[in-house]
Amino acid sequence: MTTWETVIGLEVHAQLATRTKLFCGCETTYGAAPNTQVCPVCLGYPGALPVPNARAIELAVRAGFALGSTVSRASRFARKSYFYPDLPKGYQISQMELPINEGGAVTFEGRTVALERAHLEEDAAKSTHVGSQTRVDFNRGGVPLLEIVSRPDLRSPAEAEAYLRALRSLLMTAGVNDGNLEEGSFRCDANISLRPLGSDVFGERVEIKNVNSFRFVRLALESEIARQRAVLQSGGRVERETRSWDEAAGVTRSMRGKEEAADYRYFPDPDLPALVLDEATLERWRAEVPELPAAREARWVEAGLTEYDAGVLGQHPAVARYFDAVCAATAMEPKKVANFVQGEVLGRIGTQGLEADVPVAPAALAGLLDLLAGDTIHGQAAKKVLGLMIDEGLDAATLVKREGLAQENDAEALEAQVRAVLDANPAQVTQFREGKTAVIGYFVGQVMKASRGKANPKTVKETLERLLAGE
Amino acid sequence: MTLVDHRAAVTAGATVRSLAEAALERVGDDALHAFLELDRARILADADALDRRRAAGETLPLAGVPVAIKDNLCQRGTKTTCGSRMLAEWEAPYDATVVARLRDAGALLFGKTNMDEFAMGSSTENSAFGPTRNPKDPERVPGGSSGGSAAVVGAGWVPMALGSDTGGSVRQPAAYCGVHALKPTYGRISRFGLVAFASSLDQVGPFGATAADCAALYDAIAGPDPREATSADRPVESGTAALEAGVAGLRVGVLRSTFRQSDGAVAQVVEDAARKLEAAGATLVDATVDHLDLGLDAYYLVAPAEAASNLARFDGARYGTRVSGRDLADTYRQTRALFGPEVVRRIVLGTYALSEGYADEAYVRASRARTALCRSYARTFEGVDLLLSPTAPTVAFPLGARTEDPVAMYAADVFTVPVSLAGLPASSSPAGEVGGLPVGVQLVAPPFAEARLFSAMQVFDR
Ligand SMILES: [Zn+2]
Repeated sequence: MTTWETVIGLEVHAQLATRTKLFCGCETTYGAAPNTQVCPVCLGYPGALPVPNARAIELAVRAGFALGSTVSRASRFARKSYFYPDLPKGYQISQMELPINEGGAVTFEGRTVALERAHLEEDAAKSTHVGSQTRVDFNRGGVPLLEIVSRPDLRSPAEAEAYLRALRSLLMTAGVNDGNLEEGSFRCDANISLRPLGSDVFGERVEIKNVNSFRFVRLALESEIARQRAVLQSGGRVERETRSWDEAAGVTRSMRGKEEAADYRYFPDPDLPALVLDEATLERWRAEVPELPAAREARWVEAGLTEYDAGVLGQHPAVARYFDAVCAATAMEPKKVANFVQGEVLGRIGTQGLEADVPVAPAALAGLLDLLAGDTIHGQAAKKVLGLMIDEGLDAATLVKREGLAQENDAEALEAQVRAVLDANPAQVTQFREGKTAVIGYFVGQVMKASRGKANPKTVKETLERLLAGE
Repeated sequence: MTLVDHRAAVTAGATVRSLAEAALERVGDDALHAFLELDRARILADADALDRRRAAGETLPLAGVPVAIKDNLCQRGTKTTCGSRMLAEWEAPYDATVVARLRDAGALLFGKTNMDEFAMGSSTENSAFGPTRNPKDPERVPGGSSGGSAAVVGAGWVPMALGSDTGGSVRQPAAYCGVHALKPTYGRISRFGLVAFASSLDQVGPFGATAADCAALYDAIAGPDPREATSADRPVESGTAALEAGVAGLRVGVLRSTFRQSDGAVAQVVEDAARKLEAAGATLVDATVDHLDLGLDAYYLVAPAEAASNLARFDGARYGTRVSGRDLADTYRQTRALFGPEVVRRIVLGTYALSEGYADEAYVRASRARTALCRSYARTFEGVDLLLSPTAPTVAFPLGARTEDPVAMYAADVFTVPVSLAGLPASSSPAGEVGGLPVGVQLVAPPFAEARLFSAMQVFDR
C-alpha cells in the first residue's frame, strides 16, 4: 500500500493594527453598528479615489523585517477583479507582481518554514445571508491586511498548527497584529495535497477557506487528509477545488470546483503610484522592530529555561513580557520563575487574563517569589498567598504576615518538633526501619500539621532522614 | 461674453444674478441639447449667494462667471449621470475637488453638460440621453466626449466649461466647436470626484472662449490634492500670468506626419496657424516622434482594460439604478444591461485585454508600447519646446456619419491619443475654418509646462 506524504501551504490574512482603513480615513474599530464606518472611498462610489494609509505601510514593512523578508524599495498595488456583493468596486486592491515583502521565514520548535511573500491588501466587506436576502456590512471593507503566504513546506496538521501559533506570536510581538481570532484579525486559508512518499511532484491541491481557530485548522486538515487518502487509495483523483470547514459535522465541504475558478485579471492599479520607500525610512522602521520570539526564547534557554518552557512562555507576547518583567524584579532564578509562572499564574488566570488585565503585577509577583526564594515561605504557602493576592489585591508580605504563613526555619525548633512526632509514632518508625521508606511522607505531614503549616518542609524532611538514619 | 467682459460688467455694478439671467436667456431652450441638467432656480439662488459674498467684501477670483460642468464631475445637489442610464438618477453626495475649488473661487456652477456615456466616444452621440449638436452647424457633431461643454462655450452661452480628457475628449470637441481647451499633465488637476473612465489617462480639462478664459479656469482648479494619490505634489505656474509672455525664442516642432494624415484643407489651416507662431517670434522646425503610430492601438487596449475594471462597481447594489433579477447573477446581468453599446464594447475589449492567456499579448504589450512612446516624446522634447499638429484630421462630421463604424470614430482621436498615453500637457486652439467649420491646432508641451502652452494659445487670439 502506498504511503502518502502530506503537503500543506498556508495563507494567513493578518489585520494590520491601524486606527483607520488602508485607503480612507474610516475607523477600523471592531463591533460597530453595521455600515457606520464607511465613506465614498470604501463604498466604491463613482469618483472616489484611494489614498494609502502611511501607518499601514509602516506596519507591513515592520512585519516584513520581523519575518526576515526582503522589503521592496518599490512595490505596486494591483487590482484583483471578481463580482461579489462584498467587493464594492468589483475589484480588491491587493499586490501581485511587486509585493511589499518577498521571501522570509517563520521559525518554531527548531523548524523553519519559508515564506513566498507577505503583501498588503484591503479586506472585503462581510456578507450575512438571512433567508433569501444577503446583507452586507462594509465596516470591514477596506481594512488593511497583510497576506502571508508560506511555501508548501508543512508536512502535518500539527505542524501547521504550530506554525500558525508561532506566526501569530511573531506578529503580535512585532506590534503589527492584535492576534484576535474571534474578531477575525488573524485568519487562515490552507492549501493541502497528498503525494506518494518520495515523489517530488505535488498532487492536485485543495484549498480550505477561512478556518477560524488553530484547533479547527488542525481538525480540518486531518479530515481533509483522510478524505483525500480515501479518494487516492480507491484509485480516484483528487479534484482541484475550494472547500470549507463544516464545524458541526467535522468535515470539509466543496464550495466551488476548478471549472468555476476565477480569472482575477490582475493589473497594476492606476489610481495608486508605485509605493517607493527610501533607505532612511526603512532603516528607521527596521530599528523599531522589537526583540522577536526566536531571539527571546534563545535568551531564556541561555538563562536556564528548557526549550519547552521557552516555547510555552513565548507563545503570547503578553506572557513573554510578563515573564521578563518578573525575572527582572526578583532574585529567584529564571527557571524557577518559569515554573511558577507556568504552573501557578497561567494555570490560574490563563493567557486571556493576561491579555485583558493582569491581576498580579510583575513587581507584586516578584515580591512573592522573593519570599519563596528566601525561604520565608514555602511552596504551598506561596500558592495560597497568590490566590489571596489575586482576590484582594494586597502585597505578598502583608498577606504572609496577616495569615501567619512565615515558615519555621529554626533547625533546633524543627528538630524538637520532629522528635516529638517520631516519639508519638513508634509503629511507623518500625515500618520505616523494616524498609518501608515511603512512610517518611506521613511523618512530614504530621510535622506540618503540628506546626500549622509553618514548618519548612525541606528542613523537616532532611531532619527526619538524619534522625531516622542515626537512631 | 468672456471673463474679462463679465468682470468689467460686475465692476460696473451688474449683479451676478443679472448676468446669470442673461446667460440663461442666451441658452433659451437649449436647442443644441448641450445640457443634461439646467436648474434655473438653483442657478439663480447660487447667483444671489455669490452677490451676497461680494457684498460682504469677499474677493472672488472668478467674479460669479458662469461655468458649465461636464456630467461626469460630481457636484453636490445635482445629478451626475455620466450620460448613462446606469446613473440616470444618481446624485453625488460630495463635490469633485475641481467643483469645490470653483465654488471657492466664486464661479457660478451653470448646469451639467451632455457627454458620451462614461466619456466613451468622440461625438457625444453615445449619450443615453440623445446627442448634442455642433453650435456652428446643428447637423454636425460637437465632438466628444465633452461635446456638451465644448458646445456651450462655442455657442457663446457661457465663457467657460469643464470637461474631461482621456484620449482627446476636451481637445477634439474644442477643435470642432472653435474654442480653446487644455488637457493638463497627468496629475496636475485633481481627478477626485471625476467618475473614472481610464484612470491612468483621465484628466479634467478647462474650456474657454479665449485663451485667457481657459487660463483663468485652469488657475482656479489646478494643483496638488491630498485626496488623490496620483496628484502631482508640485506648485502650479499661473496660466494667466503666462498669457502675455509670448513665444519669441521658442522652438516649435511641426509634426509633419500628422499633416499628411489630415484633410488637405485642415492641414493648410494648421500650417497657417504655425506661421502665426513664427510671426510672433517662434522658430518652426520639422519634428518626429517615434512610435506615434502605435498610439491608437495601445490606447484601445489600455483604456478599455482600465474602463472594464472601473465600471465593475456599477452593480446596482449601493447606488445608481438596480434592475432586480431572479438571483444575484441575474440582477448583475440585468443591471449591467443598462450600459449602452459602446460601453459594452469597451468592457468586453478590456476584459479580454486582461484575461489569462491574452493579457501578455494585449495589455502588457500595449503598456510596453506606451513606455516606448513616453521615451520617444522625451527624446523629441530635447530639441523642441512645443510640438504642433492638427487636433483632429477633419472638421466636425455630420451626425450619424460614424456611429456604425467604431474604427472611423476612433480615428478622430488619432492625434490626441498618443499625447494622453505619454501623460503630457496639450492644448487645442481655434486655428481657422474650413467651409465655416472650425479647425483646431494642437500644441503639446513637456510635463508641467502648461504655462508655455497658454503663452502660445494666446497668440491665436490676437
Ligand atoms: Zn471609508
